[in-house]
Amino acid sequence: MDVSTIIAQLLFFLVAALTLTAAFLTVLARNVFHAALALVGTFFGVAAIYLMLEAEFLAIVQILIYIGAIAVLILFAVMLTRGLMQHDQISFNHQWAWVALVVGTLFLGMFILILQVPWLQSGAAVTADTVPSLGQQLMTTYLLPFEVVSVLLLATLVGAFIIARE
Amino acid sequence: MITQIPLVYYLALAAALFCIGSFGALSRRNAIAVLMGIELMLNAVNINLVAFWRYGAADPLVDQAGIVFALFVITLAAAEAAIGLALIIAIYRSRDTVNVEEINLLKW
Repeated sequence: MDVSTIIAQLLFFLVAALTLTAAFLTVLARNVFHAALALVGTFFGVAAIYLMLEAEFLAIVQILIYIGAIAVLILFAVMLTRGLMQHDQISFNHQWAWVALVVGTLFLGMFILILQVPWLQSGAAVTADTVPSLGQQLMTTYLLPFEVVSVLLLATLVGAFIIARE
Repeated sequence: MITQIPLVYYLALAAALFCIGSFGALSRRNAIAVLMGIELMLNAVNINLVAFWRYGAADPLVDQAGIVFALFVITLAAAEAAIGLALIIAIYRSRDTVNVEEINLLKW
């Protein structure tokens, strides 16, 4: 193992540890506002993972949409429904122990399965900027799903407005 | 970077993130915290999609299906969050609660 491999793997483990810590905080934090802030940390960690996978456009989209839109939306919703979940209240329902058991088993099963499969060792090198060809494919190969998703977003906008209106 | 980190690492990270998210979605009492758990699960799936694109595509420039799929998942996550939070706020207005154990009007 040469030095660059060790540095790359250390970097990955650092980012992964940060992401998982933030995810645990999101799920375990008693205060929902703190959970939302930890969720922002998780989104940043996932964006860093995208950068490591050489998907720069997706990393930017992750920060713009998830942190810029979804996290802010969640923070607003937490502030609009505040004062209901008191700090002394239990934040988990009565079945949390069973859920933890099932989820832990699920993780163990997936982990063992992942280790057993002979995955591809390395991807082909990216020779040029991926963003121009991504835009081209969105306008040619994936034009129909692209348009359907934009109609869906419009429907969501109207629906959210109607539902949340007094 | 891509030759030095095996695909297994990304898959294990995504599996862990998915399990943490599903724990949150199934065990929290606050409806907004349940939504946060679902967002974590969607992120884990996206990591898998991008990792398989990067390691699996013969030419990552030509075949960008993984990236496109991840983009659509992000869009749907945004739509889901907007509708979900609108529902939560509407329920909060009429029932004064965001506790999923007390929202049981449609429960048989």
